Amino acid sequence: MVTAIFFYLFSTLAIASAAFVVLARNPVHAVLFLILTFFNAAGLFVLLNAEFLAMLLVVVYVGAVAVLFLFVVMMLDVDFAELKAGFIKNAPVGALVGGVVLAELVALFAFHGLDVAPGKIAAAAVPSDLTNTEALGQILYTKYVYFFQTAGMVLLVAMIGAIVLTLRHREGVKRQSISEQVARGPATGMEVVKVPSGGYTVPPVARPKTPEAAE
Amino acid sequence: MTIGLGHYLTVAACLFTLGIFGIFLNRKNVIVILMSVELMLLAVNINLVAFANFNGDLVGQVFALFILTVAAAEAAIGLAIIVVYYRNRGSIAVDDINMMKG
Repeated sequence: MVTAIFFYLFSTLAIASAAFVVLARNPVHAVLFLILTFFNAAGLFVLLNAEFLAMLLVVVYVGAVAVLFLFVVMMLDVDFAELKAGFIKNAPVGALVGGVVLAELVALFAFHGLDVAPGKIAAAAVPSDLTNTEALGQILYTKYVYFFQTAGMVLLVAMIGAIVLTLRHREGVKRQSISEQVARGPATGMEVVKVPSGGYTVPPVARPKTPEAAE
Repeated sequence: MTIGLGHYLTVAACLFTLGIFGIFLNRKNVIVILMSVELMLLAVNINLVAFANFNGDLVGQVFALFILTVAAAEAAIGLAIIVVYYRNRGSIAVDDINMMKG
């Protein structure tokens, strides 16, 4: 009974906040509703005996992905009201396609039925004497270790890709170049200039490099 | 009153449909489209975890874990592309993204 109450609480809030994500006028509100959706989905995961994934959802989605969205939404100075144009015009098409998909899914459940065969086809049965995290770790680090490593590679590539995409070298900012400092020797660090007697000369490196001064 | 597999699948189907609806509704705003994709991935995760629970099979949770990984990577790369695009063009309207004439 308590499970049913919490299921309906979490699922209603999840679906309602997901609808607000889609419908919100302000993208910051959309991100905050997305966070609420993730929290409620984490509650559903707890009801499904997947405690580790529930906590992971809170840490990864709420703590990382949603905050990343929030950063980008707040950082970009975009006129979001302009992006909302065509909102009403696109609504019937969206409702049609979404309705068709929902009808298909419901029809699939209704006509095909839900065949669940507990324990018969399990690739890794749930052990009864271990916690969820322990059981997950015992198969994740043994049977699925290569997939685990591949997931790590995916994250590494994503990290490097995001850094490469957004890294920008500004013009006109003086930076330390360690390789140039290390390679500095008498040939590059010093120049012997012939000074005529009675006159003067300006060493070439000290000359200003701007075009108008070079004239 | 017991909560069965069908209840969870219904919730996931509703979330997935809302994600699709959001993509069509906010066709000009890339950020909300990315959020809708996250909603759809969440719905798939709920499906997998529900089946894992009612089948007594832990592999569904392992798969949901990997989907979580890929979703995080996708969000990071997608938002990085949006930031670079905004820096170059000053706009993120989907209609303006036609330089490749694809």
